[in-house]
Amino acid sequence: MTIEAKNLTWKIGAKVVVDNVSLKAQPGKILGLLGPNGSGKSSLLRLLAGLRKAHSGTITLDGKDIGHIKRNAVARRVALVEQHANTESNVRVREVVKLGRIPHHPPLGGWTKADDDIVDSALARVGMLERQGQYWQSLSGGERQRVHIARALAQSPSELLLDEPTNHLDIQHQIELLRLISDISLTSIISIHDLNHAAMFCDDLVVLDRGKVVAHGAPADILTADLLHTVFRVEAIVERSPHHGKPHIHYMR
Amino acid sequence: MTTPKRNFGEQAGLGLFLLLSTALLLLAIAAGTGIGEMPIPLDTTFLAVTNKFGWTAADLDPIHQSVIWDYRLSRAIVAACCGAGLALCGAILQSLLRNALAEPYVLGVSAGASTGAVAIMILGFGSGVLTLSAGAFVGAFAAFIFVALLSDGARAGAGKTILAGVAASQLFNALTSYVVSTSGNAQQARDVMFWLLGSFGGVRWPEFYLALTVVIVGFLVCIYFAKALDAFAFGDDAAASLGIPVDTVRVVLFAVTALLTATIVSMVGSIGFVGLVVPHAARFIVGPSHMRLLPTCLVTGAIFMVLADIVSRVILPQQVLPIGVVTALVGVPFFSVILYRSQRSQ
Repeated sequence: MTIEAKNLTWKIGAKVVVDNVSLKAQPGKILGLLGPNGSGKSSLLRLLAGLRKAHSGTITLDGKDIGHIKRNAVARRVALVEQHANTESNVRVREVVKLGRIPHHPPLGGWTKADDDIVDSALARVGMLERQGQYWQSLSGGERQRVHIARALAQSPSELLLDEPTNHLDIQHQIELLRLISDISLTSIISIHDLNHAAMFCDDLVVLDRGKVVAHGAPADILTADLLHTVFRVEAIVERSPHHGKPHIHYMR
Repeated sequence: MTTPKRNFGEQAGLGLFLLLSTALLLLAIAAGTGIGEMPIPLDTTFLAVTNKFGWTAADLDPIHQSVIWDYRLSRAIVAACCGAGLALCGAILQSLLRNALAEPYVLGVSAGASTGAVAIMILGFGSGVLTLSAGAFVGAFAAFIFVALLSDGARAGAGKTILAGVAASQLFNALTSYVVSTSGNAQQARDVMFWLLGSFGGVRWPEFYLALTVVIVGFLVCIYFAKALDAFAFGDDAAASLGIPVDTVRVVLFAVTALLTATIVSMVGSIGFVGLVVPHAARFIVGPSHMRLLPTCLVTGAIFMVLADIVSRVILPQQVLPIGVVTALVGVPFFSVILYRSQRSQ
């Protein structure tokens, strides 16, 4: 059960946004996408979710070309949590999570008890079951992200794609959310800005710069002072943390 | 687990609500048929209708019979269809464009229809009611195509689509004014003005068949896409990631709303506010889920329009107000109350 990209290229007009990217997500592991703003992380995630069509290259799900799989069949397998997807609509938490069951039914198809159970367990998984009747507008940023993750889980996916899910959250909610994602143990691809969080929670990392993959491997192998200097233009010292054993980055003034 | 029970409760609640409001709609149509300038007793009204169905053979004044059947009943039912259709269009456009202000006229369709109708009325391409409708229809679709081209088939995003609609409205309204001010006389200008504000005065049974067919077909298409519309709540990409064929749904539903609006505008002129107010009111009653919202819009839109038509006929003695004036005069205070209460409850 895995998602793999080979030589993906995607452009907006003449601008190459994703440039010949290849990557492979390990089943049940978290793959982190790192890179400066505008390095193509979000675009790559949208390509992987099948929302955009690559100009060249292929994306495969278990070896099958995503272009040959029907839209709703892809949606039953790959769930995307966007960065701050918001609505003006006066929906309740449970209704948002129920959206995740849409790809599992024909347009007029019936809702069953099994669907209710899946929605319940997705809500319970993110700790929002008790608040399922609450209105979307009354939720905080962290709660909204958890509801989006519950909606993604209700799709019963085997791959979970998350676009900067911790953006704009306070530190407590960032750690809480990343812990939740790593506990879910689906094959996950997550774009993230905080390099220390990436080192702590991701099993593998892909570093993008101007659309190109500049490093791919385990955090301990690729997070080096050199890489941080060339890609992010910062001076830093990378050490192995005596507390959690993962790389830890000290930024220098 | 209490959830399935609650779902059942919700569905039973919706069923009951729709049943009640359908009864209310029938009552409103009955009132629309009974109330009018010429006072006709209630039993005569009832018998005139049952006579036509062949259920009774009461001996009635042929004038009463004709007023009830040929004039008032057809008018009330067409009003119901138009209200239902406009409310449906408003609900669809608000969801699809994710904009609370969207309504049929946002696409500039009504402005286009007006230009088409005015071209017939004043420049005199052909004559008669039928060609006037045809002109309005052509104008409406011209505006729709203009907006579709300008917004890349509405793929350019909700904001740009609405801007394209505003541009279309400006263009076609300017064309209408140009034609009226350069070629029309005072009487023609007055006729155009009256037509632009909407009137059910000319409708009879032929309009009923057309309106009913278009509204039913439009409703069925929209219900088929009800869940897809729910998925649009968080935007195009969110919908696409739930497996919704976003472009197809958008094009089909825009075409349906354009067809509905063009048909209605070409029949009864442009009637504002129903498409804007009714969907919002319906959302307060049944929530944002389209499986519940769309039927609710259909019924409440129909009731609203039939009642507005009654008001337009009885509020001034010897005179019929343009229906658009009534929908705005009744709609704005009603809408203000809803808006005020929703702010209080948040």
